[in-house]
Amino acid sequence: MHGWCGKILRVNLSDQTTDELRLDPQIYARNLGGKGLAGELLFEHFQRRWDDPLLPLVLMTGPLNNTASPTSGRMTVMSRSPLTGAVCDASVGGKMGTLLKRAGYDGIILSGKSPDWCGLNICDHGVSFTDARQLCGLETSAIHHRLQAAPGMEKGAHAMIGPAAEQGVRFAAIVFDGHYFAGRGGLGLVMAAKKLKHISVVGNQKTAIFDQTELQAAQEEIYRLVAASPILTGDLGISNYGTGALYDLMRSRRMMPTANFRQTWFEHSAAMNASAYKKRYKTKKFGCAGCHILCKKVGIKGEIIPEFETMSHFSALIGNSNLEAVVEANRICNEAGMDTISAGVTLATYAELSDQQLTPDKMLDLLADITTGRGEGGALGQGALRLATKAGRPELAMVSKGLEFPAYDPRGAQGMALAYATSTRGGCHLRAYPISHEILRKPVATDRFALSGKARIIKISEDMNAVVDSLTACKFLFFAASLEEYARALNAVTGLQTSAQQLLATGERIYYRERIMNARNGFAASDDDIPARFFAESGSSSATIQVAPLDRQEFLQERAAYYRIRGLDENGLPTAEKCAALELPC
Amino acid sequence: MLKLLNKYAQKLVSHGLCLPDTPLVGGVNDRVLWNRKDPRTAELEKIIAGLNINSIILARPVDPFATILDYHCRNSESEFVPEDTETRTFLHSIPVARSLRAEEIVPLLQKRKGCVIEGQGIITTGTVSPEQAFVVFSSIIFSAFVKFFVDYAYALHSGPVDEEAQKLLPQLLAAYERFLPVGPPTELATGPFSAADEIVQAMIEAGQATVDARMVDSFFGNISYFANEHVYISQTGSSLDELAGCIDACPLDNSASTGITASSELVAHRDIYLGGDQRAILHGHPKFSVIMSMLCFEPDCKNRGKCHIRCEKARFIDDIPIIPGEVGTGPRGLSRTLPPAVQGRRGAIVYGHGVFTVGNNDFREAFTSLATIEDACRAAYLQLIGELAAQRE
Ligand SMILES: [Zn+2]
Repeated sequence: MHGWCGKILRVNLSDQTTDELRLDPQIYARNLGGKGLAGELLFEHFQRRWDDPLLPLVLMTGPLNNTASPTSGRMTVMSRSPLTGAVCDASVGGKMGTLLKRAGYDGIILSGKSPDWCGLNICDHGVSFTDARQLCGLETSAIHHRLQAAPGMEKGAHAMIGPAAEQGVRFAAIVFDGHYFAGRGGLGLVMAAKKLKHISVVGNQKTAIFDQTELQAAQEEIYRLVAASPILTGDLGISNYGTGALYDLMRSRRMMPTANFRQTWFEHSAAMNASAYKKRYKTKKFGCAGCHILCKKVGIKGEIIPEFETMSHFSALIGNSNLEAVVEANRICNEAGMDTISAGVTLATYAELSDQQLTPDKMLDLLADITTGRGEGGALGQGALRLATKAGRPELAMVSKGLEFPAYDPRGAQGMALAYATSTRGGCHLRAYPISHEILRKPVATDRFALSGKARIIKISEDMNAVVDSLTACKFLFFAASLEEYARALNAVTGLQTSAQQLLATGERIYYRERIMNARNGFAASDDDIPARFFAESGSSSATIQVAPLDRQEFLQERAAYYRIRGLDENGLPTAEKCAALELPC
Repeated sequence: MLKLLNKYAQKLVSHGLCLPDTPLVGGVNDRVLWNRKDPRTAELEKIIAGLNINSIILARPVDPFATILDYHCRNSESEFVPEDTETRTFLHSIPVARSLRAEEIVPLLQKRKGCVIEGQGIITTGTVSPEQAFVVFSSIIFSAFVKFFVDYAYALHSGPVDEEAQKLLPQLLAAYERFLPVGPPTELATGPFSAADEIVQAMIEAGQATVDARMVDSFFGNISYFANEHVYISQTGSSLDELAGCIDACPLDNSASTGITASSELVAHRDIYLGGDQRAILHGHPKFSVIMSMLCFEPDCKNRGKCHIRCEKARFIDDIPIIPGEVGTGPRGLSRTLPPAVQGRRGAIVYGHGVFTVGNNDFREAFTSLATIEDACRAAYLQLIGELAAQRE
């Protein structure tokens, strides 16, 4: 096989045994890797609870990892979410994807439950388990430091869970290489349920390439487009400013979620933009293996500069105007290993429920409490929906399928309303990312205040991003390149003869399978929705920008159109006909 | 949706690319909508069913473009590959079909955003808006046109000359005459401008004039003005004839990154302003300037085939330099090559791409330079093929 290793490591944590799974090449071609292949492997287990030892946690690379294909350092982590009960996959950067391939594996399937906290170590020569009890309670940077200090592991990739997962926080993350997060939906808690504290990987093997010359040509095409992209490599783009470059744009478009989405404009935002962080922390850039954009930023004293969502939620959403407090909040979340988006929204929900304005100190104290379970921390660690439901006000949780919204108000980019609603993992911007055309003008601009006519665009984008997450490439690259160029890279690496549109068909099948998985767990049309607030309340309009409430009727019409386009019934459930067409079990 | 379909059908006509009532534009949500009735929509709907798209255009352009496309079709087996920036960056290649049958078209459109159907025109698609289909449509026309004239000149210089091309040439040049740049319909505003409203207004007006004068075929050009320590610049992918609401004000000190949506050439524009006294920059893609930029007869050049990034030869059309440089900020990007080339000059031609011109106070000078450079390039082309033909005899 070219591109793929052809074997997947299967780990039974209960008795600490492993074996190798070798799949038919057809299955690889059909699922590509990452999200696609992980979904294939999880499918039959998906009705298990998140803490059932037999529910697998899957880490999966793609055919492009460990090749010269641009941004090929990413991989997928997937399981069922303890926060939402829905499908939960995360695309994660760093170097684990590359090193896992170098160790000879396309992925790892973890199941069972270790008798006590353990570590999983993978290298060219084999797999071993270590006692990890001594790592409990430590911050993730300290764990990372210790893992790197192990003999032969200084250049290794390390995935770990922190105190948040040990504490049962439902939005606990898995932290990779100190800086990269399988952040959303509580995958860290699934790992904790298996009593697996960390995974460490080193390897030196090469991935076989079908046609090196073609790969180089494809790489050139992609780099050319990246260089032509102002959003990626322009002076104000994310290479220079990180994803925080979006902050000013959200401010100027008056769609920055403020005060738990009661407003869409934050008065202190001008002083809290990416430029302010760059000045205050004199940032440098770094990034994933195999990437030249380097979207991550670190301050001169090693301070990790927050990503856009974190910047926005720990400022506007909570009403905090203290820049240092945002960096500290980010640090607490990173060190504890928990999702900043869910943490931010949960605190904002808490503030609205208790009708208070959180001071920076209070915000930081509450975050610390979540990581230790102290005081109100235990309740906050259950996420916004459980918190609001317990208080009898579920409508105040800004979530979809129980997953907290990121920092794009759907009233300012209406395609986002449908994208949040139909996302298989819940309130997530990354499935269809209509921000790309509604705000960033890529591939071309669409009217951000229109929802009508967007159903098909959302469906196509979901399919496309399912491919991107299966390849496994970086979504940012698709502000510049398209599947047309990546098809060439994929063909060069694997010897497949696929095209952009054939890949979209592959993506459609991968995404539809997730609809089936959710449907089997009881999800239906009533879950494909967003909170009533967005249909009832206006955002913060200005003299020139009117941020009106969404039109409920239009939303329902467009959602119905989406169901027809996707081949779902009126209740959003899979149909026998479409399942047959896609060759999926119904 | 229907409004968008009509908009782009109308744009194909108003840009002079198609005759009235000929473009067929389809949009897809949960069903397909057409801008008008046509017997071919049945077959087109089969094509749509084979693709994940939301928009499609089928139209036969006017001459000289239709004749040129058919010429390329006759002379290509399955696709043709122009060497301009447009093709290199976005189109990659232009597939050719012989009939409007879904079985033949679908496989081509699975791979590329558009294709040419011999004798019937161009078919293009979009995944979020008919605007994509429109852009690809106009890019294919641009690239096919440039390829015809570039190939012809090289053939005259060193290859066998295709008799058919030779015979077509006079009629193509004649048909193209109505696309030659004309002056702005009304006098452009006199600068310098300082109020933001005034600047934006002047940019909108100059952008419209540039399109009306047919100097931005293909993908969009860009335009900027420098004042108040800000570069006011058109947004990425904005059409010069639709600039209202699409101009970003980018502070020189980068204290705000709202301009993340600004044109990919922001850095090049900014560095031109920092290196001189100019206040206005206009960028278009007039065709003969692009054609002339791609014609170089340097024998045994070590950079042959890499002219667009590596050319080291000092080449000029009159006082205007021809420079290498790819779109954007890469190591061989325009952001590095353009600013030094423009210093002390009216503008520069970028190999295979287009023309940048500058002005000290307003867009009048930049506009005039853009038009006169294109005139000069067309004259230079005619002279060149005259000389090459004479040499052959
Ligand atoms: Zn250009």
